[in-house]
Amino acid sequence: MSNDKARRSVLGGVKRDFAPWADPTARPLIRFEQITKRFGETAAVDRATLDIYEREFFALLGPSGCGKTTLLRLLAGFERPSEGRVLLAGDDLGLVPPYQRPVNMMFQAYALFPHLTVEGNVAFGLKQDGLARGEIKARVAEMLGLVKLQGLEQRKPHQLSGGQRQRVALARALVKRPKVLLLDEPLAALDRKLRESTRFELMHLQDRLGLTFVIVTHDREEAMTLAHRIAVMDHGRIVQVATPAEIYEQPRSRFIAEFIGDVNLIEGGLAAIEPGLAAIESAAGRLTAADPGEAKLGSQVWLAVRPEKVRISLERPDGAAGAANCVAGQVTDIGYLGDVSIYHVRLRAGPMMTATAANLTRMVERPIGWHDQVWLSWPREAGIVLTR
Amino acid sequence: MRFSWLNVTAVALGLAFLYLPIAILVIYSFNASQLVTVWGGWSLRWYAELLADGAMLEATATSLAIAVLSATAATVLGTLAAIALTRFGRFRGRVLFSGMTYAPLVMPEVITGLALLLLFVALDWDRGYWTVTIAHTTLTMCFVTVVVQSRLVTFDMSLEEAAMDLGCPPLRTFLTITLPLIAPAVAAGWMLAFTLSLDDLVIASFTTGPGATTLPIRIYSQVRLGVKPEINAICTILIAVVALGVVAASLLTKRQQMKQEGVVALGAVR
Amino acid sequence: MATRGGNRAHAVTAMNDNSQPSLRARASWAQRLIILIPYLWLAAFFLVPFLIVLKISLSQTAVAQPPYTPVFDPSAGWAALKGFLAELSLVNYLSLAGDALYLSAYVKSLQVAAGSTLILLIIGYALAYGMARAPRRLQPLLVTLVVLPFWTSFLIRVYAWINILQREGLLNQALLALRLVDELPVWLATDTAVYIGIVYSYLPFMVLPIYAALEQLDETLLEAAADLGCPPWKAFWLVTLPLSLPGVLAGALLCFIPIVGEFVIPDLLGGSDMVMIGQTLWTEFFTNRDWPIASAVAVVMLIILVAPIVTYQHFEARQLEAGR
Repeated sequence: MSNDKARRSVLGGVKRDFAPWADPTARPLIRFEQITKRFGETAAVDRATLDIYEREFFALLGPSGCGKTTLLRLLAGFERPSEGRVLLAGDDLGLVPPYQRPVNMMFQAYALFPHLTVEGNVAFGLKQDGLARGEIKARVAEMLGLVKLQGLEQRKPHQLSGGQRQRVALARALVKRPKVLLLDEPLAALDRKLRESTRFELMHLQDRLGLTFVIVTHDREEAMTLAHRIAVMDHGRIVQVATPAEIYEQPRSRFIAEFIGDVNLIEGGLAAIEPGLAAIESAAGRLTAADPGEAKLGSQVWLAVRPEKVRISLERPDGAAGAANCVAGQVTDIGYLGDVSIYHVRLRAGPMMTATAANLTRMVERPIGWHDQVWLSWPREAGIVLTR
Repeated sequence: MRFSWLNVTAVALGLAFLYLPIAILVIYSFNASQLVTVWGGWSLRWYAELLADGAMLEATATSLAIAVLSATAATVLGTLAAIALTRFGRFRGRVLFSGMTYAPLVMPEVITGLALLLLFVALDWDRGYWTVTIAHTTLTMCFVTVVVQSRLVTFDMSLEEAAMDLGCPPLRTFLTITLPLIAPAVAAGWMLAFTLSLDDLVIASFTTGPGATTLPIRIYSQVRLGVKPEINAICTILIAVVALGVVAASLLTKRQQMKQEGVVALGAVR
Repeated sequence: MATRGGNRAHAVTAMNDNSQPSLRARASWAQRLIILIPYLWLAAFFLVPFLIVLKISLSQTAVAQPPYTPVFDPSAGWAALKGFLAELSLVNYLSLAGDALYLSAYVKSLQVAAGSTLILLIIGYALAYGMARAPRRLQPLLVTLVVLPFWTSFLIRVYAWINILQREGLLNQALLALRLVDELPVWLATDTAVYIGIVYSYLPFMVLPIYAALEQLDETLLEAAADLGCPPWKAFWLVTLPLSLPGVLAGALLCFIPIVGEFVIPDLLGGSDMVMIGQTLWTEFFTNRDWPIASAVAVVMLIILVAPIVTYQHFEARQLEAGR
């Protein structure tokens, strides 16, 4: 119940109107300037440039080894850049050691001090700041209330469940009210249900406290749900920085398109460009898209179409605009997920395509089955032309 | 964690402290002069005298024989005790068993030596070769237990379960699966027991009899009379033998470890 | 490499339950045998001897073979047993309590043990800490280097110090050469020599348990401490040190308890004013041939050490079983 409310309020509130990156007068809170970090010969982070704004929930997304964690650690101060600068509110963080940065981190394995109680763990950072005992106690109690761990103050970490430990780690990092909170794969160790509910709590918390969160994750769903903007990384480089919708619908490369979701990629040559139309000659026939993008006439391109935008039917659709692209094939496999069905279709011309259809009726026997001859169709605007 | 110069200094000083006396001993065993103050040049004179010293050689032979026997017995008993403590949960008398197993680890040797001797006297056994062997077995078996137990505790039980799932009865599983895999720990235990026996002075002194002088007893009686260069020679030989043994053992375990880790890695990939 | 207290049991399979009830039911005869064999051996050669020591501590010397009376004769019947028990007395303990020599020996032993354990803690922790922070690849080598002297004879190593510490020995030669002294100071047969010998011999026993505890320390805890505002020295004090305390305790007990009863080192390196209780026991037994007094000395030593020994066993046994 409260999850739904949180969802609605976030979707309707901060997220929709919040876009400081589009404002030319806005100054970023965090700036990475041509950051390179080398370990031996390999560059874990390669000339990364990035701006993160205040109150943003920012995600660093990419496969293992892409450099996202290194970038996070450069911000926290656990790694020193080989080249480039890291700026926080305009100040070069340079060689400032981690214990003097106004940045706090929630570690992937939580890193709770096993010899301290929950209260001791959360109070640890405040003690380093030399606050009065009374104030420390008050702030710890407030934070534990915020993460819903009241009553567990005297427990030790080994007496807590995984979800509880995660909250302690979160509370410990937040209680110092840092300018930026870094989260290193925070939900990785939780089971699915807990992950989903914790996601919304995190968003709610960030909105309520008005802090800047930077999260590292390899889970695209997590990034898309949580973040205002996502930076996709590959082999140390930042390949695209945009909102989740922009990345999903307007990926800049095949790597990004495939990483952020399932996608059909049809290879071909750009045969013709006209206003509002780009024609591609492919093994599946002549296909059309609405915009050639950066592609030049005659060059090799890939047409990217998301499966949910492909309509599957037993009869050939008529020549309406919604069926500008129309190919025939045979169903080789069906993935039934309850809410949707995923159809794997081998086109008559050879290549494989995927179409996803929501199961709109409660029929147990579906109309389209294995080995059926079907037609796949999608409008011109559904596909995007990629050059790399 | 970064390795600062402070750490390098601490480690270097610590190791120097540990090795300096040994290094001096080795060098002076080649000193042609009898006196420590005079360096008479390199010479094998003391080694020659050592080889001519029948009593010393006999003591060495006795020590080695006792060490081999007691180490082997201790390894068998210690491994059994380790299995009992690790695998059998709570059995009757476990507390006493566990207590008896760990007590010799810390017990001052004069106490254990005295106690054992009094036992032998009460039983009216002739003291000598066999009483020393029994005494050493009792003392060193506990060390074997500790070594083997720490290996057994981290042993991956799913390997035994897989074997039994495929039809292997428990005893055969232990002999063909578990034992080969914990063999390095058992071997390390044997070596530990061997060294402790070879090195033991106090307990051997209490429990020995005429005709069973061990090397430490002989060295000790000589040393009480003052520094003798011949002692340097036998010490150097012992150090060399032990060093070779340790290097060989660590190479062996490293190769075993790498093989085992490779097997585990393959399993993880699958 | 494994030694007394320095066993590195990796905390990998703490989940594994190595005791299987089903196994117990099926192969019980084999299990009983596995337990019985070492059990009987230990009972015969460890437990019974201590009972005998206790018994003899309650007896008196006699010019006979064996040199004490009464002698326990299992075949002599019930009446003889009663007579036997009647002859036991606490006379030896009373003379121990009354004689200042024994008391001072006990006190001296405890003093030396405490003092050398303290020195060992300082040197050992520094060495172990340095080892734990060394590059991962070097660490097994460092462990081997620290353990190697332990594998060479204990006696040899103490003897090596005689070489160095004797009047014309190398230490004095070095001091003369460096012009730090004018005349040759005496090192041997002093308390200092005994301390040096003890610290030297027991160092691996202190280093290895501490190193094992430090090596298991999760480095991200130190990163978390830094992230929360701790400079490195403070992080050491608040995180590393408390979490290494189990290793420190193990090392301290592993050194303190045997040092109390140490005999060889004070005998070879100490002077006439250095009399530790281990030496007293030896002298009573071998020189004075007074077995009952020697037994009484041993029993009292045991009583003094009971608390630390039980602590150690409880502690170590639990650690090993927890798979740490």
